[in-house]
Amino acid sequence: MNWADLNLMPAAPELFLFSAVSVLLLLDLFVSDAKRGITYVLSLAILAVAAVLQLAVAEPYAIHTFSNTFVSDPLSTLVKLAMYATTFAVLVYSRQYCADRGIFKGEYFTLSLFALAGMNIMVSASHFLSLYMGLELLSLCLYALIALQRDSVPATESAMKYFVLGALASGLLLYGMSMVYGATGSLELAAVAKSIGAGSANQVLLVFGLVFIVAGLAFKLGAVPFHMWVPDVYQGSPTAVALMIGAAPKLAAFVFVLRFLVQGLGPLVADWQGMLAIVAVLSMAIGNITAIAQTNIKRMLAYSTISHMGFLLLGLIAGNADGYSAALFYTVVYVLMSLVGFGILLALSRAGFDCETLDDLKGLNQRNSWYALLMLLAMFSMAGIPPLLGFFAKFAVIMSVVNIGLVWLAVFAVVMSLIGAFYYLRVVKCIYFDDAVDTAPIVVRGDMKLLLSVNAVALLVLGAVPERLVALCVEAMKQSLTVL
Amino acid sequence: MLTLTHFLVLAAILFAISVLGIFLNRKNVIVLLMAIELMLLAVNFNFIAFSHYLSDTAGQIFVFFILTVAAAESAIGLAILVVLFRNLNTINVEDLGSLKG
Amino acid sequence: MDMKSLYLLIALSPLAGSLIAGLFGWAIGRRAAHVVTILGVAVSAALSLKVLHGFLTGEASVFNEAVYTWLTVGGMEFSVGFLVDTLTAMMMVVVSFVSLMVHIYTIGYMQEDPGYQRFFSYISLFTFSMLMLVMSNNFIQLFFGWEAVGLVSYLLIGFWFKRPTAIFANLKAFLVNRVGDFGFLLGIGLVLAHFGGSLNYSDVFAAAPGLANATIAIFPGVEWSLMTVTCILLFVGAMGKSAQFPLHVWLPDSMEGPTPISALIHAATMVTAGLFMVSRMSPLFELSDTALNFIMVVGSITALFMGFLGIIQNDIKRVVAYSTLSQLGYMTVALGASAYSIAMFHVMTHAFFKALLFLAAGSVIIGMHHDQDMRNMGGLRKYMPITWITSLLGSLALIGTPFFSGFYSKDSIIEAVHASNLAASGFAYFAVVAGVFVTAFYSFRMYFLVFHGKERWMENHGSHHEHHGDHDDEEPSGDHHHGLGPNDKPHESPWVVTLPLVVLAIPSVMIGYFAIEPLLYGDFFKGVIVVNSEAHPAMAELAHEFHGAAAMGVHALQTMVFWLAVAGVALAWFFYMKAPHIPAAIKQRFAVIDRVLENKYYMDDLYFNLFAKGSRALGTFFWKVGDMLLIDGLVVNGSAKLVGFFSGVVRKLQTGFIYSYATTMIVGVLALMTLWFAQLIF
Repeated sequence: MNWADLNLMPAAPELFLFSAVSVLLLLDLFVSDAKRGITYVLSLAILAVAAVLQLAVAEPYAIHTFSNTFVSDPLSTLVKLAMYATTFAVLVYSRQYCADRGIFKGEYFTLSLFALAGMNIMVSASHFLSLYMGLELLSLCLYALIALQRDSVPATESAMKYFVLGALASGLLLYGMSMVYGATGSLELAAVAKSIGAGSANQVLLVFGLVFIVAGLAFKLGAVPFHMWVPDVYQGSPTAVALMIGAAPKLAAFVFVLRFLVQGLGPLVADWQGMLAIVAVLSMAIGNITAIAQTNIKRMLAYSTISHMGFLLLGLIAGNADGYSAALFYTVVYVLMSLVGFGILLALSRAGFDCETLDDLKGLNQRNSWYALLMLLAMFSMAGIPPLLGFFAKFAVIMSVVNIGLVWLAVFAVVMSLIGAFYYLRVVKCIYFDDAVDTAPIVVRGDMKLLLSVNAVALLVLGAVPERLVALCVEAMKQSLTVL
Repeated sequence: MLTLTHFLVLAAILFAISVLGIFLNRKNVIVLLMAIELMLLAVNFNFIAFSHYLSDTAGQIFVFFILTVAAAESAIGLAILVVLFRNLNTINVEDLGSLKG
Repeated sequence: MDMKSLYLLIALSPLAGSLIAGLFGWAIGRRAAHVVTILGVAVSAALSLKVLHGFLTGEASVFNEAVYTWLTVGGMEFSVGFLVDTLTAMMMVVVSFVSLMVHIYTIGYMQEDPGYQRFFSYISLFTFSMLMLVMSNNFIQLFFGWEAVGLVSYLLIGFWFKRPTAIFANLKAFLVNRVGDFGFLLGIGLVLAHFGGSLNYSDVFAAAPGLANATIAIFPGVEWSLMTVTCILLFVGAMGKSAQFPLHVWLPDSMEGPTPISALIHAATMVTAGLFMVSRMSPLFELSDTALNFIMVVGSITALFMGFLGIIQNDIKRVVAYSTLSQLGYMTVALGASAYSIAMFHVMTHAFFKALLFLAAGSVIIGMHHDQDMRNMGGLRKYMPITWITSLLGSLALIGTPFFSGFYSKDSIIEAVHASNLAASGFAYFAVVAGVFVTAFYSFRMYFLVFHGKERWMENHGSHHEHHGDHDDEEPSGDHHHGLGPNDKPHESPWVVTLPLVVLAIPSVMIGYFAIEPLLYGDFFKGVIVVNSEAHPAMAELAHEFHGAAAMGVHALQTMVFWLAVAGVALAWFFYMKAPHIPAAIKQRFAVIDRVLENKYYMDDLYFNLFAKGSRALGTFFWKVGDMLLIDGLVVNGSAKLVGFFSGVVRKLQTGFIYSYATTMIVGVLALMTLWFAQLIF
């Protein structure tokens, strides 16, 4: 290969991110615990600069580089920007929480940013190798982040579980990749798709590989029956880390799945459609039904996540650009909602106290009616009650399966969302109609309060004018998929 | 004469052993880490076999990356194990069950 | 001002009031909160009256326009639009007027409540949602309004919900409305799929006649009429919202909410949304006799059997609640008979007199210091004269006394059912006629128990303590007592409470007389409500027989229906005024008792045993077996328990052990592999 031809521009944000985080890692050595705020501010600055760079190098078409292992297209640009914003919000929300628990350390920031870099790679990968590397970079950072609170028994237990199961899932994914490699003779997504499309690939090997790949991908999304890690990890890890796991990685995982299944294994659409349909039905059912029995709100949100992943899969099952855009829209909306939900839990926690159970939310309205309202918005939006954003997201994915004639699946999804609405409303009931158990004053930093309010009100405002956001998703998807 | 199928079957057996290791083992967490290593090696076997029979080096390059990642993964796994042992004073798989339902 | 901004102002002024009171209530204080919300609703009410006046004088014309396009997804348009015609105008007046009265009343009723501003904010928000619902010109907005009123009602029912409630009880009310909404959504889905892809009323109605004979296959090979399936699904939505059997179970429970809410939401407005929707959709429903029969049967079951349940209640609000259910049944029967205009007429008169009865019940509750048990009341007429008179007027209107508003609407329903030629009309006619007797009986049982007879609050101090549990939610503040102390006397409520009673009493008495002719037999609903008079001639026959409101009232005195009502009142009087004293009276006044007289009383006892006890037993039976066991127990709690059970079982799968998680994953992989290799091989 000719080094002069290497176009680094499309990867400029990632290159900046890697080098900046490495510098941050070194700098942090010289910062005393009392001045850890410096690392915090620098991390936020890195995110801001990366976002600006991302905008600067954005093009309305796909550019491949690094010998076709890396692609920068409108889809990756949109999702990366969303991930920068999400990570920014996560860091702001978790500042006080981490400080109260002794994990407000350099590792927290560098691991978060390395995880973000891993997600960027996942989103921009166009080759099995880069997909795998991105995924592992993300996963390894997350394992470490969960165990960061070293004296916490649930945190270490959930880290171990996540680690073992995550490694198993990676193994399944790799095994599947090796089969597809064997069948098609290539590791590059476009070439794989071409080879399968030409009909020259070994069908048995392909189906074998596809099953394993779907399993690995479903694990990353947290879809049933590969979901078992989700509740334990959400409950066990520190709330700030649970938010970190629940927010941006879902965006990355969605694009990851899209790249694998649509761009790489697109010609096998009839096969993976069926597999995803099974996984989606199970996720919606088990997620929603099990959530009803939960009293730990983090665990409840975990099951709710599982059901949301089921809904998201509906868009993928549609197997057309409209469906993929609907799924992308759903993912973005989901991330916005879970940021608010976990953000409130973080706001209500304080030194020595974690807001974790439904009891801790009781009477929130008496304690602070503003946060009660924000939580109400998040819960109603998750339940899919119009006119909040969550409704349009559900509507879009359900319409996308109706459009391909899978009416039974749509009806099932509607029934499940109706059952699911129950536990969200139960949270609202606790907030508004029960007497407060915990009556300590709620102290929240100003910046967090502002950002959280904007975040939650966005659910309402964007619900009123969702057109712009929908158009963004549709455009990005259209422009990125045309080159296939 | 060794054919591709032989290698694939060997890899599949190794893979199955490692999977069994994960869900039959109820004693020691370290065995889990070993099983994970074994699983990655089974995958490597696959890649190398395919790479050889396809006369395509990409698969072998991939194996280098997998080996590296596996090393990093073990490091993190062992680190978590140490923390776990400090907290629980045990590395028995069956003692890791406080989060459930 | 052009019409568009006028209608926007009508809809948005309650919202503005609600936002100010809700968001800034803490800053502006209680007084400003009620002033601003009342102002908002008053603007709506005044302008709605102006709109209605415009239609009555023929100056106004039908307005049908999109106001704001919200979102276009995949060729589908979500827009906010108004369709204002006579039907809408009438509903707008009813909603805003009753809401205004309830706002004023609330000042007195919620006086001591710490959530005063919040409450005003909610009821204004409700008014806004309800107005958006009735003014909608498309299904999407209708559905949004539908969900919004449901949501606000959930918030309001739970306004005082402070006791720890089991998950199942909570799940129950929720599931019932889900069933209705689910049917409604499916119905809208069918409309979207088969009626030309538009959700605007005008497009759908235009497409409907061409689809009268269309069929769809729900299960392969079984062809069903598209119109019937669509209409029944839409009606299932109405059954949920308008509390029709068997989805009625949530309404009595909703009485846990504050009384102004019961009046506004659970009597006058929200529960009529389903009926309004069916009337609005008359061009669709007219095309399916099956759906109309179904509606008629459901309505007549509700009308009669819910009336029975009213007989055995001791809680004053529950009696009114069951009476509401029964009256909703009447309206539904009218819909089934294609007498949409009569149904809407009854919706209007009922809104006035039932709101009046609820507010009067609330006034009694205030007077009794939040004791709701009628067995502890009695003789209140001396202490609460305004409440007494207005309740009497409301009750007379309810039972259909000639010349009162309820008479005109209810009698028209009975006549319409009589004239209907549908298969179900025979049963329905029996139900609505028998219902007249039952209505009169329970209404006046309540009236006599509360306002006449012995002043029982002096004596029964033991008995109402057992009801404390029921009333814990009725606590407006920490500083209050349950029931009257030994030395307390009931007192008339303040003017903010009695004023709405008086204002509501006026239309309750008079509006029927003036409105019947233009509403039912004039051109008021022409072009708005569509009746296929060849297939369903009931309305045409009624119009033929109608000779003016006065003549109708006079004629009624000779009908069986009127005497049934009289019999009901007389029986109530006898058993709740006269009979309790019979033994004592006999001993004191008549030392020598005429044997014949005694025999007569014996006959009366028999009569009592046969009819009163019989109907009481029947009521109890339906309540225990039908309501509690079958519907509550089996259907509602059953499905709630089922969900809970599954939840518990699925939870067990999450054992907490890594190996079982790994096993699940591997089983998943193996299952997928088996399925797909089976496909590959076969």
